[in-house]
Amino acid sequence: MDEAEIRRATIRIAHEIIERNKGASGVALVGIAARGDDLARRLAAELLRIEGADVPVGALDITFYRDDIGLRSEAPEVHETRIDFDVTGKTVVLVDDVLFTGRTIRSALDALVDFGRPQAVQLAVLVDRGHRELPIRADYVGKNVPTRADEQVRVAIREVDGEDAVYVGAPTASAPHAVGGTS
Amino acid sequence: MIKHLLSVNDLSREDVVRILDTAESFREVGTRVIKKVPALRGRTVVNLFYENSTRTRISFELAAKRLSADVINFTTSGSSVAKGESLKDTALTLQAMGADAIVIRHSSSGSPMTLTKWVHASVLNAGDGTHEHPTQALLDMYTMRERFGRIEGLTVAIVGDVLHSRVARSLTFGLSKMGADVTLVGPPTLIPPDAGAWGTTVSHELDPVLPKAEVCYMLRVQRERQRQQFFPSIREYARLYGLTGERVSTLPEGAMIMHPGPMNRGVEIASEVADLPQSVITEQVTNGIAVRMSLLYLMLGGTQDV
Repeated sequence: MDEAEIRRATIRIAHEIIERNKGASGVALVGIAARGDDLARRLAAELLRIEGADVPVGALDITFYRDDIGLRSEAPEVHETRIDFDVTGKTVVLVDDVLFTGRTIRSALDALVDFGRPQAVQLAVLVDRGHRELPIRADYVGKNVPTRADEQVRVAIREVDGEDAVYVGAPTASAPHAVGGTS
Repeated sequence: MIKHLLSVNDLSREDVVRILDTAESFREVGTRVIKKVPALRGRTVVNLFYENSTRTRISFELAAKRLSADVINFTTSGSSVAKGESLKDTALTLQAMGADAIVIRHSSSGSPMTLTKWVHASVLNAGDGTHEHPTQALLDMYTMRERFGRIEGLTVAIVGDVLHSRVARSLTFGLSKMGADVTLVGPPTLIPPDAGAWGTTVSHELDPVLPKAEVCYMLRVQRERQRQQFFPSIREYARLYGLTGERVSTLPEGAMIMHPGPMNRGVEIASEVADLPQSVITEQVTNGIAVRMSLLYLMLGGTQDV
């Protein structure tokens, strides 16, 4: 995906969020750090443009909720969490860059309910690459990208990486024989 | 990340930055309705306290509980130690019960180090004799960085009973490592003879130091560790080295007053000074939980066999 495709996908997802929720009132966006929070801010800008709705945006770090703490040699790096609105009663749209095994989303659901009790939780992702290990699916998908499990999918976001792009590549040299999930 | 935390000198500059950065995230957790995350579920942390403590023990206990670890508090009174059990046998017992981390406070300098030879668990020094108190130094540096946005180049005066203070040792080592400008202030009898080798300035007078001190760190007069007369009287000490309202007015604009607690009000710090808005003594306590969460998470969040 290039910059134009990512932009079009973002605009379409914003329209779908409005259509599905019959407007944007009661909707809040929570992006999963890193990169999901930047995508959430872009979606919020589109919602404002299309519908004139100023929806609250938050960032969620799921590190402390991971299911593989203690399985890695080093404790995973932590990002910022910032949800300065009450999620209770809201329709929260979780936003992430890539949907893969579904484990990140499971962690995010656990983290989110510690902030309150949303009316509903929906999921928007830029790329769905398949290979789910948990019963989780996205409500809004930018693009379905068929991959092998050992391939790498990398999303670059202007705010973090200086460009907008999605790359699918061979397994990295550091793990040439990796099979199964890598994230 | 390191396996044991015995001294501030075990940490590199990068380690300190990582611990303080991670602590920021835990400060945020502390503001939530549910102040608990499942990061250390299934891990066991033992608080092994051979000396009295309120804030450090409770702080470690809360930190571990907010990470969902199981916490066991072991104090010497009412335990097998009162029956004469040695540190080694107590340690082996805790090991057999599956402790992942042991937080130890002991009146003998070096006992945390000795403990690491007997157990596989991570050992965290919560104060050993007059040696070190590294987690206090880290929470103090966190508090300074939060206020001033930096530690490098900060002018810090550490005032009082430096000789008996493990807090002063750890904090001086930590601040020097991070590039702060430290002055130790106290009567000649309470400044260690080797303090010149710590890379700091030493002053036996408080008043000339204050106008430049962005942080004024008051140490507790530790009467329980003083086996001889180090100064003529408490009143004289308070007059020469106590932080009074008058002295506070000579501090630079925006200066911060710190104290590790427990305070002797009216001795090293005047009661009204302790309650001033410039004094961040309760903030230090709040930050202590976040910094200890950060340490436990970073030390126990990876695989144990390092």
